[in-house]
Amino acid sequence: MGNLLEHMGIERDRINFSWISSAEATKFVEVVKEISNKVRALGPNKKLVKDYN
Amino acid sequence: MDTCIQKIREIAFQLLDKKEVERVIGFSNGTIPMATSPITIASKQDTEKLVFNSTCGLNLANYIRQQKGKIAVIAKGCDTRNIVTHIIENQVKRDQIYIIGVPCKGMINKSKIKALFEDEIIKFDEDGEILNVESSSKKEKLNKKDYLRHNCSLCQHRNPVIYDVLAGERVEEQIIDVPYPDVEKIAAMDADTRWGHFQDLTKNCIRCYACRNACPLCYCPTCFVDESGPQWVGKGQDKTDVNTFHFLRAFHCAGRCTDCGACVEACPMEINVRDFTRKLNKDSLDMFGWEAGLDLTKRPPLDAYSPDDPNHFIK
Ligand code: SF4
Ligand code: SF4
Repeated sequence: MGNLLEHMGIERDRINFSWISSAEATKFVEVVKEISNKVRALGPNKKLVKDYN
Repeated sequence: MDTCIQKIREIAFQLLDKKEVERVIGFSNGTIPMATSPITIASKQDTEKLVFNSTCGLNLANYIRQQKGKIAVIAKGCDTRNIVTHIIENQVKRDQIYIIGVPCKGMINKSKIKALFEDEIIKFDEDGEILNVESSSKKEKLNKKDYLRHNCSLCQHRNPVIYDVLAGERVEEQIIDVPYPDVEKIAAMDADTRWGHFQDLTKNCIRCYACRNACPLCYCPTCFVDESGPQWVGKGQDKTDVNTFHFLRAFHCAGRCTDCGACVEACPMEINVRDFTRKLNKDSLDMFGWEAGLDLTKRPPLDAYSPDDPNHFIK
């Protein structure tokens, strides 16, 4: 799925997969932090955005 | 291929005559040249209506589901792979279908031929590798190999992989060194150019769903695009909705698509939706060594777990 989105031109770092157990709070925090940093670096998404106006 | 139609008619006649099957699904001539269309016949007198030539680009595996009794179907190499997929996915039972396999030398790209003429084509016939095409203003003799559909020019499974009878001699398989040149070409672009390519590709899409309807893989009773509660995707021509439709449709075909080209054949806007599915076909091959519909005994990669599955993307 990531590969096809990337092939279509969506930046790879916007698509993230993880497997976190409900007992793994620390891992959850880590993953979320990492993803937010990656996405922040990319800036706002301009592709595949629906304009409702 | 002209001789194989006699054979197809004979086989169909015998099957209906001996009541071995209730119906035969094949192709018949359409109302205009080069427009063969699917037909179901139930009486042996109608076998004369059956035709088979290089314009039979649709995939008849699409019509074998939910049939009562035993049916016969005429199938090219790629179509038989979709029949295998149907059997694996429990859509039909092997003993319900009688497969009349046709070794295939490729189907032609009708738009490319139409583009040679300014006016309407009024006559089309073929003589081996030569296509004779005629409009009111001119006549052309074309080499079939220059007018093959893109998928057929790259096809490596021209002979049926499963059949009860063959309607012609087996043909030589093509050896293709680079099976996905088109996918590689897109992959070599930068992200924004790739995005631009797909925007451009789908900009004329009218959401008629002919591509989905022609596809043997798309058999869900209610397709996600037609659901209204919840509504997964907008129904209009908003470009994000169009992209979402194409992206998700392709993804539903992952590891299942045989690149038969029926979707492109059906599209009235001449959109090469295979640009989406072929990326997934290439990934299936690269990551799982998988090509759809070749083996009745193997489970498709997305429905079986193996410890060797690539999992680098999971954190
Ligand atoms: S993809 Fe292969 S089997 Fe299918 S129509 Fe083309 S040449 Fe024939
Ligand atoms: S057949 Fe063509 S125009 Fe119709 S929905 Fe598919 S891609 Fe769009």
